Amino acid sequence: MQRVDYALIEEMVPERATVLDLGCGDGELLERLVRDKGVCGSGVDISPEAVRACVARGLSVFHGDLDEGLADYEDGSFDVVILSFSLQQLRRPRLVVREMVRVGRLALVSFPNFAHWTLRGQLLLTGKMPVSKELPYEWYDTPNIHLCTIRDFRDLCRHEALTIEREVYLRSFEEPAPTLRFPNLSARIALFAVSRAAPAS
Amino acid sequence: MITIADMVNAQALLLDHLGIAKLLAVIGGSMGGMQALQWAVAYPERVHQVIAMACAARQPAQAIAFNEVGRQAIMADPNWNGGDYYGKKPPAKGLAVARMVGHITYLSDDAMKEKFGRRLRDIRDYSFTFSADFEVESYLRHQGLSFTNRFDANSYLYITRAIDYFDLENGHRSLIDAFRNVRSRFLVMAFSSDWLHPPYQLKEIVSALRATHKHVTYYEVDSPYGHDAFLLEREKMEGIISVFLASGARTFAVPPEPARRCQADDTAEPRTKAAEGQF
Repeated sequence: MQRVDYALIEEMVPERATVLDLGCGDGELLERLVRDKGVCGSGVDISPEAVRACVARGLSVFHGDLDEGLADYEDGSFDVVILSFSLQQLRRPRLVVREMVRVGRLALVSFPNFAHWTLRGQLLLTGKMPVSKELPYEWYDTPNIHLCTIRDFRDLCRHEALTIEREVYLRSFEEPAPTLRFPNLSARIALFAVSRAAPAS
Repeated sequence: MITIADMVNAQALLLDHLGIAKLLAVIGGSMGGMQALQWAVAYPERVHQVIAMACAARQPAQAIAFNEVGRQAIMADPNWNGGDYYGKKPPAKGLAVARMVGHITYLSDDAMKEKFGRRLRDIRDYSFTFSADFEVESYLRHQGLSFTNRFDANSYLYITRAIDYFDLENGHRSLIDAFRNVRSRFLVMAFSSDWLHPPYQLKEIVSALRATHKHVTYYEVDSPYGHDAFLLEREKMEGIISVFLASGARTFAVPPEPARRCQADDTAEPRTKAAEGQF
């Protein structure tokens, strides 16, 4: 599968940057960034299988729980901190976003937009918890415990006084949607670039 | 006295003698883990990979304390005789007690509960004496005694002392500074129930290496066996160790890697500059 969200993240990562990928999974994105962008990358994941897969790819990775924060990580020690499609699985998403902009100069966060019209429609018409390709689980066995919408995430950024450097949307993992008019209704996936810095004038 | 550095230097001399210029990996647990770290610091060009397990970059106070109890037990044995007991009766009682204390630090509450509980040894009821009624007592006594058949008391004193003196920070401003020139790729492994070297001590090593963007992986094995886990949890360790060694083998042959992006250097400025350019 051609992951367009990965391509968009890659686009936002500067050449040879230092990159921390939170919830890096099997390291596919990180390996891509190392190969294509020459970044100095490392990952964090809670699953032993994921850590082993990353090490097999020659990546460096920290076996740990994001919900415990990034206390061992120095302020500003990375150029970019990535949270790709894991926000909704965290117990403490707000803490983690806060930690991302502390440890990194730029935070890239992608997540499924729970306000997509098909999801709204499912809830409205069937009265049941929505299930989609991006959110394929039943309510009782889903790892996705903190779902949010594009507007919700903007609110979080405002509460945390974060600067939204960029916002891009996807119709699906394979299909970018650069000119979406009502993203909170029509984007299935959103990718935010945020930072603590004052907005560039 | 001898130090961990002395031990590593002796190993390096052996490699010189054998004509081995560079090692694919140095692996060790506990004191061996300290040696592995010392290798990376003392011989950065000779170690491609380091696997350090169940250890610390500086021997912590609690571990020194237990070592000291062991040493006092040996030296309190009249047979120790200031260390001059060769050809005479060795201080077996003292060494056995030292080993018993050491052994306790290698286990965990859970491991002891599972292995012994309050089970009695070959008796129906308490004897109300000081003989080994409980399985755990009998086990420790056995461990202590059998140790005296294969280990020298003075060796025990010197080796525990070498461990106590181990402090990679010594002579540096910080642990980060101590690791500044290392070039190895690291796999640092902790064991969840190890209270002699708990995971936080391994994480300290990882943090110090990461501060200068060294190649370091942290892996925590979930195990109930305490410090001993690094000798017992073979199945939980072999997966990560084998993929780490394999990835090291792929990068090993490549002589001096030109662009060591992820390695420590004081020339990190251009990279930051590049990043600024983008935003």
